Amino acid sequence: MKKITKLGAVSALSLIVGATAAFAENVKIAFIDPLSGPFASTGTNGLHQYEFAADYMVNQNGGVLDGQMFEIVPFDNKISPKESLIQLQVAIDQGIRYIAQGNSSGVANALTEAIDKHNRRNPDSRVLFLNYAAVDPALTNDKCNFWHFRFDANADIKMDALTDVMAKDEDLKKVYIIGQDYSFGKAVAAAAVDMLGKKRPDVEIVGNELHPIGKVKDFTPYSRKIVASGADAVITGNWGADMLGLGKSVIENGFEGPIYTYYAAGSGITAAFGESGKDRIRLISQGGINPIATEEARAAYEAFEAKYPEGNIDQSRIFNVIGMLEKAIEQAGTANDVVAVAKELEGMEYDSMWGGKIFMRPQDHQAIQDMHVAVHTDQNIDFDYDQSGFGILTESTVEMASMDSPTTCDMKRP
Amino acid sequence: MTDENLTTDPARPAQRMRAGSLSLTFTPWIVGGILLVLMPFIFTSNSALTIMNQMWITVIFALAYNMLLGQGGMLSFGHAVYAGVGGFACMHIMNASDFFSSLPLPVLPVFGGLFGMGLALIVGSFSTRNAGTVFAMISLGVGELIAACSVIIVAFFGGEEGISGDRTYAMPFFGNEFLQQIDVYYLTSFWVLLSAALMYLWSRTPVGRMANAVRDNPERAEFLGYSARWVRFYSFVASGFFAGVAGGLFAINYEILTEENLNTTSSGVILLVTFLGGVGFFFGPIIGAVAFTLLQTVLSLQTELWAFYAGTLFVATVMFFPGGLAGLMMMHVPAFRLGKANHLIVPYIKTLIPGFIGILGLCALVEMTFHFRHAATGDNEMTLFWTTFDSHTILPWIIAIAVTAIGLGIARATAPALKEAWNEANTAGGAA
Amino acid sequence: MELILVNIIDGLVTGLLLFMLSAGLTLIFSMMGVLNFAHASFYMLGAYFAYQISIALGFWMGLLIAPLIVGVLGAGVERYGLRRVHQYGHVPELIFTFGLALLIEELVQFIWGKNQMPYSVPEILNFTAFSIAGNSIPAYKIFMIFTSVAIFIGLLYILTKTRVGMIIQAALSYPRTVEALGHNVPLIFMGVFGVGTALAGVAGVIAGPVLGTFPGMAFVLGSIVFVTIVIGGLGSLWGALVASLLIGWITTFAKSYNIQMSDILNGIGISTPENLSENVFRDLWTVTSPQIADILPYILMVLILIFRPAGLFGKRHS
Repeated sequence: MKKITKLGAVSALSLIVGATAAFAENVKIAFIDPLSGPFASTGTNGLHQYEFAADYMVNQNGGVLDGQMFEIVPFDNKISPKESLIQLQVAIDQGIRYIAQGNSSGVANALTEAIDKHNRRNPDSRVLFLNYAAVDPALTNDKCNFWHFRFDANADIKMDALTDVMAKDEDLKKVYIIGQDYSFGKAVAAAAVDMLGKKRPDVEIVGNELHPIGKVKDFTPYSRKIVASGADAVITGNWGADMLGLGKSVIENGFEGPIYTYYAAGSGITAAFGESGKDRIRLISQGGINPIATEEARAAYEAFEAKYPEGNIDQSRIFNVIGMLEKAIEQAGTANDVVAVAKELEGMEYDSMWGGKIFMRPQDHQAIQDMHVAVHTDQNIDFDYDQSGFGILTESTVEMASMDSPTTCDMKRP
Repeated sequence: MTDENLTTDPARPAQRMRAGSLSLTFTPWIVGGILLVLMPFIFTSNSALTIMNQMWITVIFALAYNMLLGQGGMLSFGHAVYAGVGGFACMHIMNASDFFSSLPLPVLPVFGGLFGMGLALIVGSFSTRNAGTVFAMISLGVGELIAACSVIIVAFFGGEEGISGDRTYAMPFFGNEFLQQIDVYYLTSFWVLLSAALMYLWSRTPVGRMANAVRDNPERAEFLGYSARWVRFYSFVASGFFAGVAGGLFAINYEILTEENLNTTSSGVILLVTFLGGVGFFFGPIIGAVAFTLLQTVLSLQTELWAFYAGTLFVATVMFFPGGLAGLMMMHVPAFRLGKANHLIVPYIKTLIPGFIGILGLCALVEMTFHFRHAATGDNEMTLFWTTFDSHTILPWIIAIAVTAIGLGIARATAPALKEAWNEANTAGGAA
Repeated sequence: MELILVNIIDGLVTGLLLFMLSAGLTLIFSMMGVLNFAHASFYMLGAYFAYQISIALGFWMGLLIAPLIVGVLGAGVERYGLRRVHQYGHVPELIFTFGLALLIEELVQFIWGKNQMPYSVPEILNFTAFSIAGNSIPAYKIFMIFTSVAIFIGLLYILTKTRVGMIIQAALSYPRTVEALGHNVPLIFMGVFGVGTALAGVAGVIAGPVLGTFPGMAFVLGSIVFVTIVIGGLGSLWGALVASLLIGWITTFAKSYNIQMSDILNGIGISTPENLSENVFRDLWTVTSPQIADILPYILMVLILIFRPAGLFGKRHS
């Protein structure tokens, strides 16, 4: 019986081998993110932005070097670290040298370690990790390595910028911090306590708590506590359904102040908040959409909307990833030698079409860029999210946020 | 609800698992061993090795699970925790550098097994008092508890990002540091063969046999002087050990363990895997593990809808072939015994090939509908079965519908003949 | 003090919602002896159907029609799926519903996509009914309470006072005798399954706007429904009610008050170790009640199963 089993495996595995054989002169980027399961909407939207950015910014202009095209190869990791590692292996076997991932710091942690080990053990097939959204500070501090580049600001940088803006609010007396019970939620809470304490020692933190991630059905009890505490503002790092559930519940149950947050736009969340969240939700992000920074970006967004009417550019840094990678490959003169490309990426200064400069800090591979605090509204919105008429409008900007922030990264270069 | 209610149907597997009815000799094991050795020469790429490692780990886990479900009639909804805890323990050993550097890596899964067994000892002491729904629900509750603890007890489980280590810090094993996938492959293969053999031997021991008896009729087993509870307890503990071994191998292969190794989804998946393969036969879970791993890792490279197909396959299996894939294979044994299996070949070709083509046509329709609904505006082109076409024109739809209708139509028309041939082939006497 | 009152109301809403799901599940269980894993999926279908209908015809038509569709679908599943699998025994039946749950989730994603649906509270109920010390109680919650209580009373009346209810009760205990008396027992089974799933559909329709309508909504709720009926005692309607309310209140209160484990341990005379960050049990010391609120029902269930396997109100002993 085993024989039959194995025969089945033989034929199926030969499929993979077949896939490996297909080969073209393209610069392939493996996109390893959830494309099925509960977080699929975020992953799929990210994939669309990658595919669009590669086409729009590189391929339509004749590619890089001597006409090599960028090709985004999607891999579904089902937001599972185990699956991500399998898909990483498959991607490496297909000759892919660039890995893009962003959803979940847990997966990013697994990938960055696996890539470090792989590159150490297999110098012939080294790969680079282009992290476009996983913001656990540890990735560019204790767990940093030469192969990992983060294009989003990390949780500390974002909180630094957010608290800069909050500190200007004279009426702010009491703040409530709530987040998901895992590394990122804890990092947000710790950063908020630390930075508010420095910038506004008079502000009282009336609550600081964590809730289980992805498991809370009804946020009402938490909202009750927030209302009862008399807080003027809420800070949260929640994302996905947890963000929506918390936000809606807090507003519904009588909380009147602003909600400061990281991820409360796009992927259906903007539409679901709609009128109820107007002028209440403020979020920190890079790359402002409204008002749009450049005409180039406007054209790009319009082209994107024409292609994906239901999609949003809610992670405009993806365009920076593609743009910076293109520039690095051009400067290195090769796409296959990832060490050379990585050395070009280190310390690169790049003018983003979404406004401002992006500086890839060489000591920890953390991108330093302008951060914007935006508000959820339907006024003055050129580009809305989720076709809802609502979008995010930039209210204030912190230029080159946390340029000189310390890092514990001890980078080992090959 | 009575005990019998949640045990597997006494009418079917009991007879198939009956002692000696599958007189497996050494041959299959030797063949299996040779195949395990040869596989890397056929599939040399690292990703194939990774997928095979994943397969063998799932095989051990599914076999361990079947010690409960198939052999003991105990339905567990939280079995991933034993594998997970075993794996986490191994990870901590990997990180205890002094001890780990004096330990050859191939021995590590034993520790995983011991920790899995330890947890099973504790949980089993109260959960195996009852079978049926009570056991199932306790396993669900304990599973949820431990999975939830993984985020709370950061010191042991490492929170959401889990804990990771480096296998190469182990004591070199005959000079091998297990740097490459191929080294890990042979380590895993060794363990899969050893564990499968041990689990098979277990099912032949008096305890293993009594597990079958307790599954089918606990009262009668009690009258024979066996304590149903203790028999269940022993099966449970042994199953916990092998689940822990699987967890240990996972730790070696991936060098990271996370909450995912413990949660109810993983527990549910192993239930699916085992049932898909067939709980009535020892080798059933092996087939299930191989098939499911391929579905999960290979099919998901081809289509976003893999989970949809997997779900459909699973529901169809439960509805039409409750014996699983293994049951489907073993249905043919009587025909072979009667020497009439060759009578089935032609009817099979006549029915199954059109049926298969029809199903592919159906899949094409599903894929096209999905593409039509969810693809980007302007992106009308899709590639299916190595052909690229425009999903917004009528022609591909006509073709797909025609293929589906004709394929399934032929299959339907020839099905009665197949049924007749089947009955013929399974009847003794007549023209042989 | 006011907060306690608010929490009691919130817990009641959560509990009653849970009850609508567990009532159907426990009826189905007492009838067929099978735990229907797909039950929460019918809840999800209810929400999605209602959303789709509410776009065209408004919320109220959704409340009326969606549960009917769900009920018909449920009856179809019983007729063409479960009845077939029934002959193989209970484990395959259970596994069938397990697979069905996966399949329904995939189907929902196939049809509606993966995003959260903008299904919201109807305008007419979108106001604050009253406030207690700054905490507003939305009118929709009051509506939810009244709907579920009405359903419970209706169900109780039908089951205990009407002829149909009598036949159903009899068919649950002695199917063969009832069949011999000339009643169509398979039809009764199908009907009960349909009504049970329709109840789950109602729960979905009214919970969708507050708890969100997304493909994971069934999974989030899935196993807690089982916990409820196991705690209450399998097959007992009253048990399901009591257990639902119990779970609703336990989780609400645990989340609303920050009870620290270290306070409890200090209270019983164990002092906090000095080097907490180095201690092996450091995580145990810092556990707070909101962190473990959602696993409290599981702890309760395991304890009940160990000490009273039939559940709080259960009669049958396994």
